[in-house]
Amino acid sequence: MTLTGPTRRRVLKTGAAFAGALGTLSATSFAAGQDGPTVGFIYVGPKDDFGYNQAHAEGAAAVKAMAGVTVVEEENVAETVDVQKSMESMINFDGAALLFPTSFGYFDPHIIKVAPGHPEVRFQHAAGLWQEGVHPSNVGSYFGYIGLGQYLNGMVAGHMTRSGKLGFVAAKPIPQVLQNINSFLLGAREVNPAVTCQVIFTGEWSLAVKEAEATNALADAGCDVITCHVDGPKVVMETAAGRDCFVCGYHANQAPLAPEKYLTGAEWNWPGVYTRMVRTVIDGGTIPNFDRGGLAEGYIKMSPLGPAVTDAARARFEATKAEMTKGGFAAYRGPLMDNTGKRILGPNEVFVETDIALESMNYLVEGVIGATS
Amino acid sequence: MGRKRGGIRPSDSSLAVLARRAEAVAVPAGALLAGLAAFSLFLLLLGKSPAEFYALVYKAGFGTWFSWQNTLSRTAPLLLAALCVALPARLGLVVIGGEGAIVLGGLACGALGGALSGLPGAVAIPLLAAAGVLAAGVWIGAVGALRHYRGVNETIASLLMAYIAIALMNHLVEGPFRDPASLNKPSTAPLAEHLRIGDIPGWDVHWGLVAGIVGCLVSWVLVERTTWGFAARIAGGNVRAALVQGLPVGRLVVGFAALGGVFAGLAGVFEVAAVHGSANASLAAGYGYTGILIAFLARHNPLAIIPVAVLLAGFEASSGLVQRRMDLPDATVLVLQGFTFVAILVSETLYGRLRVFTPETWGIPR
Repeated sequence: MTLTGPTRRRVLKTGAAFAGALGTLSATSFAAGQDGPTVGFIYVGPKDDFGYNQAHAEGAAAVKAMAGVTVVEEENVAETVDVQKSMESMINFDGAALLFPTSFGYFDPHIIKVAPGHPEVRFQHAAGLWQEGVHPSNVGSYFGYIGLGQYLNGMVAGHMTRSGKLGFVAAKPIPQVLQNINSFLLGAREVNPAVTCQVIFTGEWSLAVKEAEATNALADAGCDVITCHVDGPKVVMETAAGRDCFVCGYHANQAPLAPEKYLTGAEWNWPGVYTRMVRTVIDGGTIPNFDRGGLAEGYIKMSPLGPAVTDAARARFEATKAEMTKGGFAAYRGPLMDNTGKRILGPNEVFVETDIALESMNYLVEGVIGATS
Repeated sequence: MGRKRGGIRPSDSSLAVLARRAEAVAVPAGALLAGLAAFSLFLLLLGKSPAEFYALVYKAGFGTWFSWQNTLSRTAPLLLAALCVALPARLGLVVIGGEGAIVLGGLACGALGGALSGLPGAVAIPLLAAAGVLAAGVWIGAVGALRHYRGVNETIASLLMAYIAIALMNHLVEGPFRDPASLNKPSTAPLAEHLRIGDIPGWDVHWGLVAGIVGCLVSWVLVERTTWGFAARIAGGNVRAALVQGLPVGRLVVGFAALGGVFAGLAGVFEVAAVHGSANASLAAGYGYTGILIAFLARHNPLAIIPVAVLLAGFEASSGLVQRRMDLPDATVLVLQGFTFVAILVSETLYGRLRVFTPETWGIPR
């Protein structure tokens, strides 16, 4: 009998609290957007992952600092009905006028399904997927040439390696990732033609255990500079530094994780891109449906060089970076073979940073140890 | 409170039956409230208002027509995933690998979509669904067979097989079944428009919700109103007794496990045909694991799965608003689910121990 009494009390108490809260909620509705727009950000993982999501969250933080703008954020939103409802919830409950659903997999079918029902809302998606006439006009795509950042990573790595073996922990063998691996190796070969790069695919965007195993396997194989392309590079950075390897970062600045071993890193510059886009909306302008850029356009940036970087490496890094900032840089220059002996580029052919052929890359270049399948 | 009565009167007996029924509702409901109360303390420790939290959960989960559609959209796969736990549970099997069945069901549907695109939707969609449920049914049926014929623990086997299923899906979607046009998110070729399953007219909720509710009703009839269900409950209670009675325990174990797999596979089919349009890594969204929680909360009763799934879907629907308004991490709703789960598990020990529900209280001697 003693067990039922408290339950009833709890029922009454909870009920009373609930009723009270409903009252206050309707009285003080959400204090949204003083006079500027409400901007929503949706992340596929945690926003403090030292990686993909953190890079976007840093952009959101910069937007939040703009006068009059209200920012709403949601993390760990799956690429399912989940994201469709999160977008609609931000529109319905928060009055969001501009949305940044940041994960690649949010686009098709989720943004494409939700956008036509909300023509007054602008959906901005981080990838180059929007096509004129195919996709809704209130949807936009934007992306950066971050492969160039990995090329610069590779240049520093090529200078710093003693074993001549670099390591790359990669999520999946998709064009975006393959381009980063190849660019890293090509940057290294630019300063040291004997360098090789071993790649291990974990198969998942975020799988800490496998990322640690892969990093250890690379260190065991003699790799002494390691970088990665996974959603959250934290595990790779800490594991590699623990094995006395140098590390190059990706997505965001991971220097705090390995202050002594961090050489540099290829980072997104979302604060610059997002404040620019929100400014356009505030000023009554239109964000282009398709926008891309590299170092020159402020889409990507490099982490400050770490304490271990030598003067020779620094000089080479700065010179190439300055050249890239002029635009039209070609990291892929012929003659170039893939690592199965197939010819990719003839003697005088190049892929400049904007070349569409780079978007469907399905090979690893000569010098990369690993296979795409 | 042992009141002595001369004999058993019909009214007493019906009161006792009523008390038994009331126990089945009051204990889980009480446990749910206890879980919510414990979670409130947790919120207070974080310096957040429980009242505001529950008000937001109500608003975002059930407060508006949009909220209901949000909740019901999330309910659809959960109903079917929970059946994959509840049905084998009637035979005493704890199957926690429904995620694998969902993934395989979706994979089969996505992989065959291209081959069947020449057929009209009315023919091709049932065939795609059949392929999905077949793959998933065989997968979970195998868990039952391993348990019955080889003595392999079904809990471990189903969980490990879920990992295998996800790895298999990833391999096939990134390799043999990959649509070459799906560059940065490897997927099977998108289903043709006429092979898609749409929304319930007037609702922003796909037909998977109806399939899930029908699945729960059919399962309830099967378990509670057929000799098969009766035999399954006997075998679940005492395998040796069931064998002595000559019941086909092996076929029951494999059959109920496979049927659970069929329902989970159907969830995967709807994910592909009604939500994603193609099979890819997004199929492993964790519905199979939420289904475990729902089945246990519903005490493996297929009818009870419906309200419990709606409740948990409502919690999940509110997760976003809770994050945005209260600045709580997204895991908050998971913590809430955890508190509820533990409370329900603890409440299992209360059955028959609360005197208000016991027959003696109502004048029936034991």
